[in-house]
Amino acid sequence: MKQFHFTVQDELGIHARPAGLLAKEAKLYKSKITITKNDRTVEATKLMMIMSLGVKKGEEVVVSVEGEDEEKAFEAMETFFKENL
Amino acid sequence: MEQFKGKSIFHKIAIGKIFYYEKNQFTVKRSKIDNFEQEMERFENAKKIALEQLQGLYEKALKEVGEANAAIFEVHMMMVEDDDYNDSICNIMKEQQLNAEYAVATTGDNFAQMFAQMDDDYMKARAADVKDISERLIAVLSGTSADMGKMAEPVILVAEDLAPSETVQMDKSKLLGFITKLGSSNSHTAILAKTMSIPAIIGVEIQKDWNGKLCIIDGYNGLITIEPEDDYLKEMTEKMEEEERQKQLLKELKGKETVTIDGKTIHLYANIGGVGDTASALQNGAEGIGLFRSEFLYLEQDHYPTEEEQFQAYKTVAENMAGKKVIIRTLDIGADKQVDYFNMDKEENPAMGYRAIRICLDRIDIFKTQLRALLRASAFGNISIMFPMIISVHEVLRIKEILQEVKMELKGQGFVYKEVEIGIMIETPASVFLSDELAKEVDFFSIGTNDLTQYTLAIDRQNPKLDSIYDAHHPAVLRSIQMVVDNGHKNGIWVGICGELGADTSLTETFLRMGIDELSVSPSFVLEVRKTVRDLDLSHS
Repeated sequence: MKQFHFTVQDELGIHARPAGLLAKEAKLYKSKITITKNDRTVEATKLMMIMSLGVKKGEEVVVSVEGEDEEKAFEAMETFFKENL
Repeated sequence: MEQFKGKSIFHKIAIGKIFYYEKNQFTVKRSKIDNFEQEMERFENAKKIALEQLQGLYEKALKEVGEANAAIFEVHMMMVEDDDYNDSICNIMKEQQLNAEYAVATTGDNFAQMFAQMDDDYMKARAADVKDISERLIAVLSGTSADMGKMAEPVILVAEDLAPSETVQMDKSKLLGFITKLGSSNSHTAILAKTMSIPAIIGVEIQKDWNGKLCIIDGYNGLITIEPEDDYLKEMTEKMEEEERQKQLLKELKGKETVTIDGKTIHLYANIGGVGDTASALQNGAEGIGLFRSEFLYLEQDHYPTEEEQFQAYKTVAENMAGKKVIIRTLDIGADKQVDYFNMDKEENPAMGYRAIRICLDRIDIFKTQLRALLRASAFGNISIMFPMIISVHEVLRIKEILQEVKMELKGQGFVYKEVEIGIMIETPASVFLSDELAKEVDFFSIGTNDLTQYTLAIDRQNPKLDSIYDAHHPAVLRSIQMVVDNGHKNGIWVGICGELGADTSLTETFLRMGIDELSVSPSFVLEVRKTVRDLDLSHS
């Protein structure tokens, strides 16, 4: 399993649109991708669940990737967070 | 006429008939199903149609209101396909053997509630999105249309709340404004109103019987008026037209120089009557304040304004104008402007009576208080002082004497001040005839055309019977102006106009040809005059 920490820079936090794009992106990989804020963990493929985390600007999340294509998925997630959030 | 207040989203005026929009009230029936597979297929079909509709709305929004506003439909599509949302619907159908409509409605409510309970305003507002997609699915399932009624003429739309899918379907050319009961500054309605530059008022207790009635939205004050009275309607219509004209002019002219085609530049300043007018002077692109009427300080109170009160007002204006010229005229009361606590005698002929500089030179204490405040404020910007109703060189010399005394006093008390320019109003025939001598004593002339016309033509401008012969274009008035300009220039001082005539664009060319250096007009006329100047070419005669 691979993990990285990310502090959200976007003014609105993880709002609807990036959450949607994230879910789309996460569906491209076989690995199980999760996002954790405090002690709540949700699957990255689930738009409404990601939104329900209510991640605001300046808050930290932990992104975990586990599965057969975790190298590729990990890299893709890192790039996605940096570019979109 | 009835008025209601709400929160304004966009500062603008709209006038039009109300279209009261009611959502199709879906009463979702709860019914048992026998065949889950069949119901699932019905749901999958509805989903496909809903997604197609959303794609259509996305493309429409993209064209009409841009990417940022269209993005919400992308989100809606993703929501429709969200795993948890679908799992929940599927579960209700399968486990409870209930129909798709009910499953969607229940799931939609649950998710909407989840968002509504979050401690984040943005996420709270997303509850509306979940409801919106659920209603869309239910509409498809039950064969009703969620489309907005067609509007024949431009209307003000009144609704409980508006979902983005509803607003995007509306014909934008038929929308004058929104009034809603719900919604927040974060809602799509608010964002859409801003994008479209139309006024929207939210948080209003809307009423169904408003449908079809005439309404005015005053976006500046968050005020809506149902069935306005004629006077108010006329006033707001004029305001709206003015707004439209200003908007056009602003687009073209804000920040541009006031210069003719052949390169003659003129200073274009604004007349203001109080500290609050500074904002409108700046918004309209005034290059300075050509006439700040200090009377308001005296008229708005029941006592002589103190030095401190005056100082604060002058300082604020000087600071707000940030180094741009601010010409402040000393007290000009008497005649049509009376103040109780001055206890002035009733006069037979106040226009020719005890007024303006005549009071100041008689009651030196009042005058000195004002001069002290003006000089102290001069340290905070670019202030000039102007004196009204001058008829003789002797008056100017006396004023300069008093000014000198005040400066000495201030210096002695350790106050700082700048060496200010001083000027006089030219508004009496006497000052016109003496302008060659007066020009040697001051830094500028500003012609007050209203009084100059009244005194030159011996016509009381308060007398409505004389309106038809009160003619500011009278050759005697225009010749006076020319004489003043010539005498001013001979002595190396600048000459401006701060009376109403300054804003009369039919004379702008005449004034420029006469050699006028400055025009000071109401803030709302600044851009119009600038446009006139910029269209002039003085090289042809």
